[in-house]
Amino acid sequence: MSLAKVLFVDDEVPFVEAMTKRLTRREMEIIPAHSGNEALEKLKENVGVEVVILDVKMPGMDGIETLREIKRRFPLVEVIMLTGHATVESAIDGMKIGAFDYLMKPSEIETLVAKVSEAAAKKREHEEKIMQARMKAITTRRA
Amino acid sequence: MPMTPLDTIITRLFPENLTRDKHYRSLIRNMLLTIIIVSLVPMILVSSTLYLQFRHSYQEKVSDHLRELVQKHKQNIDNYLQERLTDIRLMTARYGYEHLKEGALLQRNLDLLKEEYEKAFVDLGVVDAQGYQKAYVGPFKLADAYYGDAEWFKEVNQKGYVISDVFLGLRGLPHFIVAVRSEAEGENWFLRATIDFEAFNELVQNIRIGETGFAYILNRKGKFQTTPFEQPFPPAVIDSKAPQELWKQIFSKSGDVQVFLRKDKTGEDYVYAEAPLKNGEWLLVYQQRASDAFADLNRSFAVTTLIMALGAAGVIIMALVLSRRMVMRIAKADEEKHLMDEKVVETGKLASIGELASGVAHEINNPVAIMVEEAGWIGDILEEEEFQESKNIEELRRALAQIKTQGKRCKEITRKLLSFARKTSLSVQDIQINELVEEIAGISAQRAKYAMVEMVTRFQEGLPTVRVSLSELQQVFLNLINNALDAMEKKGGKLALSTREADGFVVVDVADTGVGIPAANLNRIFDPFFTTKAVGKGTGLGMSICYGIVENMGGRIEVKSTVDVGTTISVYIPAVKSESPEKKPNAESEGSQA
Repeated sequence: MSLAKVLFVDDEVPFVEAMTKRLTRREMEIIPAHSGNEALEKLKENVGVEVVILDVKMPGMDGIETLREIKRRFPLVEVIMLTGHATVESAIDGMKIGAFDYLMKPSEIETLVAKVSEAAAKKREHEEKIMQARMKAITTRRA
Repeated sequence: MPMTPLDTIITRLFPENLTRDKHYRSLIRNMLLTIIIVSLVPMILVSSTLYLQFRHSYQEKVSDHLRELVQKHKQNIDNYLQERLTDIRLMTARYGYEHLKEGALLQRNLDLLKEEYEKAFVDLGVVDAQGYQKAYVGPFKLADAYYGDAEWFKEVNQKGYVISDVFLGLRGLPHFIVAVRSEAEGENWFLRATIDFEAFNELVQNIRIGETGFAYILNRKGKFQTTPFEQPFPPAVIDSKAPQELWKQIFSKSGDVQVFLRKDKTGEDYVYAEAPLKNGEWLLVYQQRASDAFADLNRSFAVTTLIMALGAAGVIIMALVLSRRMVMRIAKADEEKHLMDEKVVETGKLASIGELASGVAHEINNPVAIMVEEAGWIGDILEEEEFQESKNIEELRRALAQIKTQGKRCKEITRKLLSFARKTSLSVQDIQINELVEEIAGISAQRAKYAMVEMVTRFQEGLPTVRVSLSELQQVFLNLINNALDAMEKKGGKLALSTREADGFVVVDVADTGVGIPAANLNRIFDPFFTTKAVGKGTGLGMSICYGIVENMGGRIEVKSTVDVGTTISVYIPAVKSESPEKKPNAESEGSQA
């Protein structure tokens, strides 16, 4: 079982490749995507994605828009924003919309791994709570 | 360009930097000419029109006056002569030849006439048809004198009466004769009387006006019939060239008084008034120097001219002062505009550099990130079993660490570049500048101690607050303080942080006693990547970032520096106006100047 199922979204293909390799080595299941639209499609195709690492600055549909869409369609998926310097403010905006956290690019791989683990844990916790709530609902209905 | 007198004046009166410039020169000249022409032309036109009108009516008045005067005297004299003639005529009619031939009656008549007219008659004589004086009474011994060849005798014989021209006659004294013809027993006889010349002369000589006006009588030949007051210049009628014509001309309007102007030999103008006497045989001439006759006019002309001259001088002085002031102001405005243009260009340059920098920073950031990640990937691979035995493993690890370090350095540079170029300001709040500077001084105190720098703060109390981003302003002052400390690294020194208020700005002065900035570098210190620090020690972005931040706040940074004495950097941050209501109008008016 992998540490987390991660969708990695960045328009820089070599960056995605390098990160995929490094994160896979650290026992994560990485699904690469190179644009906001692709990310949404991949999310639809691959059930069980726990965390999305999302570049803020992308051509076409940018990170914030993508984030908003992800949060609308897949509210339980946690999103970590990845940003250069100029977009710190938009990363903060992203957190207001519901991103889990943001990281400056490039960042230490260990930091990234830790953040992803946290996000995944949070997601699982959420899911568990929802599960319990549903079970409770079912049991109380029965009773 | 040829030097006109105007140019010379301009060169004398205006600052050299203005007159040298062709543009200002023509501006000055145009302005001067316009003001002078616009002011003087109407003034001259009005004054000269008024003066000419006045002169015309004044001359009319003077000439009317003279005409009337001469007319009156002409009548007087004509009457006088006519009366003398009548006296004699009456005598002849009353007494007849026989009686008058007796000397006694003649004497009685003379006495009567003398009693009546005082000095008018000198003597009386009875002359027979042949011209022999039959009887004579008077002071001279002229009994039996022969007048047969005398002019007057011929005339009286012909016309019946005569008033002769003045002549010396037998007695050798100037006199003139009044005689009438009469008939007795078929024979002509004549009664003649001599008119006292002195009395007649006085009649004319008494016509005197002003200093130079006097009158005299001329006969047709141009001979004086009275003694003129002073030797006169011959009047028009005796002009040697065409006396007859002029004579005719004058007498064609017989009875009329002619008034005209004429120059004498010395070129002086004279006013003449001439009137015929004695049926055109004599001419009464009145003459007066024009300057005397028109004295009032000349005086008013002098006054008017003086006023005009003063007015013109005033206008010219005003024109000079005004155009000088205007052109100097224009020159100053031009200079300011020039400086402003330079500033705009400088600002524009920095702004475009900022845009370029932000573009570069964005583009560099991704490749750097990829490189660092790839290096990280190599590091990951190196961790695998099979590489552990490789003898170069340590060297590889060191190289990868170096790549990572340099990647971080790149990241730092791009971050600074971006904060220089940043346009959107971070959260803005009202800040008490004294507190902020105090805080930053505290942060820097430790570093200052190591650099052997004594740090002092001088705060002006009651400063208005500033509405800015705290973190940005912190960054600015930290940067400035760090620079100041770097400047004093070698020798230590003193760093003074002081706050004050000026022209609606809150000003923070950061003054060090460091190495100073050479004049050549002063213009470049805000340029990105300009640094004098050793490679790797500074990015050359600090001051550019400060510049960008302060400019965004609507403030400015001023630098004063002397090599080996120190540098003072003044940061001007716009004050929040509403905070000090009592200073509001002041702050506002100053604000609008800024």
